[in-house]
Amino acid sequence: MLLFLIRRVATMLLTAICLTFIVFYLTNLPPNLEKLAKSEASARMSDEDVASWIERYGYAQPVLVRYGEWLGLLPGWTRSEDGEITGRCIPRGSDPAEAPARCGILQGNWGTSTVFKAPVAEIIGTRLAATGWLMFWVMAVMVPASLLIGVLSGMREGSRLDRGLSIFSIASTATPEYVSGVVLIALFASSTTGISPLLNSWGLIEDKTLFLGTATSALDGITFWNFTLPVMTIALYGIGYIARMTRASMTEVMTAQYIRTARLKGVSFRNVVMKHALRNALIAPFTVIMLQFPWLLNGVVIVETLFNYKGFGWTLVQAAGNNDIELLLACSVVAVIVVLVTQLISDIGYVFLNPRIRLA
Amino acid sequence: MNDFLTWTGVTGPVLNPILGVLTVLLILAWLAQLVLSVLPAGAAGAVLRDGTLAARRSPAELAALAARYLLLAIVAVILAYLVLGLVLPGLPAKGIIGGMSARFWPVWLALAVTFALSITYKRHLGLYGKLYDSPIGMVGFGMVMFWVFTAIFAPLIMTHDPLSQISGMKNVLPGAPVPGDGGAYYLLGGDNLARDVFSRMVAGSTVVIQIAPLATLFAFMVGITLGLPAGYYGGALDTVLSFAANLILAFPVILLFYLLVTPEIVSSGLPQYIGMLLFLFPLIFLAVMINSRLYVKPRLRSGLIAAVAVIGGWLYLSLLSSPGTPVDILPPALDLIEVPGNILIVFVSVVFVNAPTVFRIIRGLVLDIKSRDYVAASQTRGEGPWYIMLWEILPNARGPLIVDFCLRIGYTTILLGTLGFFGLGLSPESPDWGSTINAGRRFLSIYPHAAIVPALALMSLVLGLNLMADGLREESLRD
Repeated sequence: MLLFLIRRVATMLLTAICLTFIVFYLTNLPPNLEKLAKSEASARMSDEDVASWIERYGYAQPVLVRYGEWLGLLPGWTRSEDGEITGRCIPRGSDPAEAPARCGILQGNWGTSTVFKAPVAEIIGTRLAATGWLMFWVMAVMVPASLLIGVLSGMREGSRLDRGLSIFSIASTATPEYVSGVVLIALFASSTTGISPLLNSWGLIEDKTLFLGTATSALDGITFWNFTLPVMTIALYGIGYIARMTRASMTEVMTAQYIRTARLKGVSFRNVVMKHALRNALIAPFTVIMLQFPWLLNGVVIVETLFNYKGFGWTLVQAAGNNDIELLLACSVVAVIVVLVTQLISDIGYVFLNPRIRLA
Repeated sequence: MNDFLTWTGVTGPVLNPILGVLTVLLILAWLAQLVLSVLPAGAAGAVLRDGTLAARRSPAELAALAARYLLLAIVAVILAYLVLGLVLPGLPAKGIIGGMSARFWPVWLALAVTFALSITYKRHLGLYGKLYDSPIGMVGFGMVMFWVFTAIFAPLIMTHDPLSQISGMKNVLPGAPVPGDGGAYYLLGGDNLARDVFSRMVAGSTVVIQIAPLATLFAFMVGITLGLPAGYYGGALDTVLSFAANLILAFPVILLFYLLVTPEIVSSGLPQYIGMLLFLFPLIFLAVMINSRLYVKPRLRSGLIAAVAVIGGWLYLSLLSSPGTPVDILPPALDLIEVPGNILIVFVSVVFVNAPTVFRIIRGLVLDIKSRDYVAASQTRGEGPWYIMLWEILPNARGPLIVDFCLRIGYTTILLGTLGFFGLGLSPESPDWGSTINAGRRFLSIYPHAAIVPALALMSLVLGLNLMADGLREESLRD
């Protein structure tokens, strides 16, 4: 077990280093740097000016060296010009002698965002907290709903209930977030179409619409009114997939020998399902739910853009669209860590939950 | 000035109330079924005079039966809308639904011919014929073929040019008449730039149907060519390839798209270099396949491989090379296919995202199959490793692969929509569904039709593919 853990963690670190290097390399290609120079200094710079700007701010070094500086493994660049020493780790107007030699993400220095004009660590912190709430509510809706659907339809394979629920899950996996979001907004959050005008004219709702079509106000306070649609939009796409996995695992368990023995002993169907089948059937969905996190990240980006909820996904889009190199790097580090950690948890959890592996 | 079209035309006053009543009854029947199935069932049968038992339908079963017939009746009413739309003269009489049905006549014809022929000869058609034994699979296949035929017959179906704007038609509601043009209507309304939503939806199907299946096929070629040796040989090759696949899979898809498709990176030529690498795999795949099968007939083999190399190589070069980009190899006279640069980039990034998953599936299947007896038999016979991989293992893995192929086309469609939704890759004018949703979402709460129409179109295509995959899975598991 220990060896397994060490190997998994080592692979994980290697993956993280490779991935961040790829992102670093791609965001630091010459055209990107030229754009950065023009947006930071002046849009009408000549090519020589751009080259000297890139030289002055340390972007002209080899990519590997700069990657090492960004990580904090190599000492940051310094440069003395007209007796004034500037450098990566020397904030403007401070004494160069006091500055640390290395300042990368290992030292906790994530850099500054060029779009938001603020430290990256601060931005990522607040945005992640906002997205954390979204994720929490999505999980709170998605996991119970999908497990219930999966267990109910896998309980009696081929029954009418099973077929109905299966078609629902297939339909939900066929509805990506940008489709369900659009449909849900038109149905519930439009003052001209859908059911809101009807409910309003009947006097059942006080506001113009049943739900709010943007989630910007949810940053100040989450209410049922402003947060239902984004949560439902993400949850709908995930429910189908988890439910189908649960169903497959449940049908497999229900045909096992020990279930037949229990039934033949005279245990009631309800007890067989609740006490014998359920625990074994929920091992596989656990892995699936953990591996669903990376997908959620995808959905979060779409939903936050659609509902204008300024969380992590929205930040990622802003950073990528505006060539904000340090912010984009930080976003990808966070995303990669989320993906890898959930993979690790799902592996370890699978080993712990499955008695056949744990006791062997 | 003509009036707006109604949704159902002259059939509406008759059919709408019927449809309403039937729908309410159906919902009641479903509720009754749900409630009755929870209640304990009474006596299972009635005792007849001669002492035998006669089965009796329980109330729950009666409700289920009623629900079934009501559902059939609703389908019949919907068919009536479509058929009457074909028959009735004049757009005001047809209504919007009937009018659309009339525009889609080539699709209905092609669908009818396909289904009639396939059902007649279904016993001779292998797995495809078995699809017609599963109602779900048949419905899914019908939905997919609807969009395929729409893509093929798009010029016949469109009512207006998908890019041209007509003044005064900005954001008009569905069924709006075109001013100054007698019989012309915007069937599904106009978008924010006064273009016809219906025609754009139809034109969008062409973009999606052209890219999605082909991109999936390429991803499969890459995945198969790399996954077979990884699973078969194992060892260091497997470790390296699996690590690379996991690396790509650990990227959030959207970040990857932003990294590949933004203008700065496109101008550096990186997506085209990835394309050069990825598009090599179909050629390698075909050449290895021919070689492993026909190495005993060197003449035929060399001829075929030369043909693949020449024709495939020419296609390869003319697909990749486009003037004004870093990859500009062929002179324009020899450039066979002119793919607009951004479509090629979208294609490459979609293949790049899909290939690692296919690789993992193939590798898993090979690991499972390579311990079978027939593999051992052909190893004993002295067959080469590639013959075993391509002609012994791959055909025996086809069931799961075909199912996954259908699902993956759907997933590719979703990815294309995602790219369009973020305004990446395809030009903003493009009528593809993702870009149209992106353009329509800004005015969603006031004029929802411009975004809803492509959204539902995309959903129905993906749903069709998923249902078809489900039907195929059930039928291929049966034998």
